[in-house]
Amino acid sequence: MADSPVTLLDARLVVRRGEFRLDIGLRIEPGETVALLGPNGAGKTTALRALAGLAPLQDGHLVLDGRDISELPPEERPIGVVFQDYLLFPHLSARDNVAFGPRRHGMDRRSAHAVADRWLERVGLAEHGRRKPRNLSGGQAQRVALARALAVDPVLLLLDEPLAALDARTRLETRGELRRHLAAHPGATLLVTHDPLDALVLADRLVIVEEGRVVQEGDAATITARPRTDYVARLVGLNLYRGRGDGHSVAIADGLALTSTDTVEGDAFVAFPPSAVALHPHRPEGSPRNTWAAVLADVQRHGDNLRVRLDGPISVAADITPAAAAQLHLEPGRELWVAVKAAETRAYRA
Amino acid sequence: MKSARVPVPLLVPAVLGLVFLILPLVGLLARTPWATLFDRLGDPGVVTALRLSLLTSTLATVLCLVLGVPLAWLLARVTFPGRRLVRALITVPLVLPPVVGGIALLLALGRRGLVGQWLDATFGITLPFTTAAVVIAESFVALPFLVIAVEGALRGADSRYEEAAATLGSKRWTTFTHVTLPLVAPGIAAGAVLCWARALGEFGATITFAGNYPGVTQTMPLAVYQTMESGDLEGAVVLSLILLVVSVAILAGLRDRWLTAP
Repeated sequence: MADSPVTLLDARLVVRRGEFRLDIGLRIEPGETVALLGPNGAGKTTALRALAGLAPLQDGHLVLDGRDISELPPEERPIGVVFQDYLLFPHLSARDNVAFGPRRHGMDRRSAHAVADRWLERVGLAEHGRRKPRNLSGGQAQRVALARALAVDPVLLLLDEPLAALDARTRLETRGELRRHLAAHPGATLLVTHDPLDALVLADRLVIVEEGRVVQEGDAATITARPRTDYVARLVGLNLYRGRGDGHSVAIADGLALTSTDTVEGDAFVAFPPSAVALHPHRPEGSPRNTWAAVLADVQRHGDNLRVRLDGPISVAADITPAAAAQLHLEPGRELWVAVKAAETRAYRA
Repeated sequence: MKSARVPVPLLVPAVLGLVFLILPLVGLLARTPWATLFDRLGDPGVVTALRLSLLTSTLATVLCLVLGVPLAWLLARVTFPGRRLVRALITVPLVLPPVVGGIALLLALGRRGLVGQWLDATFGITLPFTTAAVVIAESFVALPFLVIAVEGALRGADSRYEEAAATLGSKRWTTFTHVTLPLVAPGIAAGAVLCWARALGEFGATITFAGNYPGVTQTMPLAVYQTMESGDLEGAVVLSLILLVVSVAILAGLRDRWLTAP
């Protein structure tokens, strides 16, 4: 491959649906898996449907493998789709489901069945080809759906919440397996999901969409370290605020500035994990920076610890041990002092 | 679970309603001349009428399938201006007295009818009072049953399967034959049986548009009527019994699909 990777998919998707407007740019390189991550109603599935040709583009462009495919009907686009609930044809066996695509692409029955058998073997279902979809488990159906989508050798593979319909255990196994198959796919892959774990495990790059717009994109490390919206911050479990930076300090609310070891000037974000927050019954002595008075709003179990939500000049989440909680007499409305370690606070330009 | 007491004002009319529906059938069975039944079944007139009835109602069903399934697909899958009006028009033969339907068919397809005139002049085809006219009359009254049943099945079927087929490279016609039709096959089968039963029982439109000629247009219902008119009550009972048996057989065949309450 050349030094600078060629872009396989280059798209700007503009779709209007009533009040909602989707407008996002997407570029995917060969062999790359991109996750389109966002809350429900962000427009992720609409974007996938637009790429597949199932929803018309109002504006923008769609170039796949150097060819403008924006005007092509779905059946003429070199794509494969794994739908959220798989949509395996209930009247066809697993084998015929997988052979369906190759048959429609002009292959005779024998060759199409040979292709289907090869794919079923690759997803570990060689013995299940004769089964009807209703006799397959959730995980097996998911693998047949993947085999069916890949059997047409798509340049672009689209997956819509591929693991959402599975129970937790099956999900874990299937996720690992799916990762293997996606890595082997030479084309571009776009994965639509609202589950950050799926996105982090399966994708090389994340594109975060909110209300029809891309709000952040980058690799997992960048996004988890430097979230740029409340949604992303919640997703990766960080407290996030926006304010004005002035050297080591960022002013984020009336009279409240947070100090960080980073330096930043102007419009800036400050982020810190709930574990960096300490709670005190009285004003802590000797550490004047990054402390403020707050009121306890809510306590919830969070793994082995407790996650405490506090109101005050800013709303903040803190993780504390059950032992610490016992000493603090946590109950809603109680006044506490919050202290955040500067060393665990990250400040970066907005 | 112990069932609660049924209130008398509901129970009495319910039982009366049931008796009202069953009593005539009991009467029919009670008056059946069982001793001479088999002789009468072999009567050439009966055999001819039965054969004609089975033939025409089957042909009518085929015609309804050929025209009705695409029509149902159009109504269920394509948005076009006037779709609601089209759907309303399709239900007209459902509520129209069949005799009126027969007269309407005569005015459209009769020798001096709108289209019939042209058919006669161009091809020398005259439809009224032929077996073809029986098929047309039966199709006219039975088609709405099929369209409504199949459209319901199509609407109930998940159209995303068709989208999945498209993403696999399937053109719309192939999708229709390979995905849509198999998915709604039970609905089409049920619609076809309903359609066939309606065609089998058709009387008013047939006698108006096709007349009542033994061997050509005299179907079972017409034969029942004529036998009755000629004073042969026993003969009419035998013919009725045959239609009853056929109808019950259809109901039994559809039991699982139509008669089990949701």
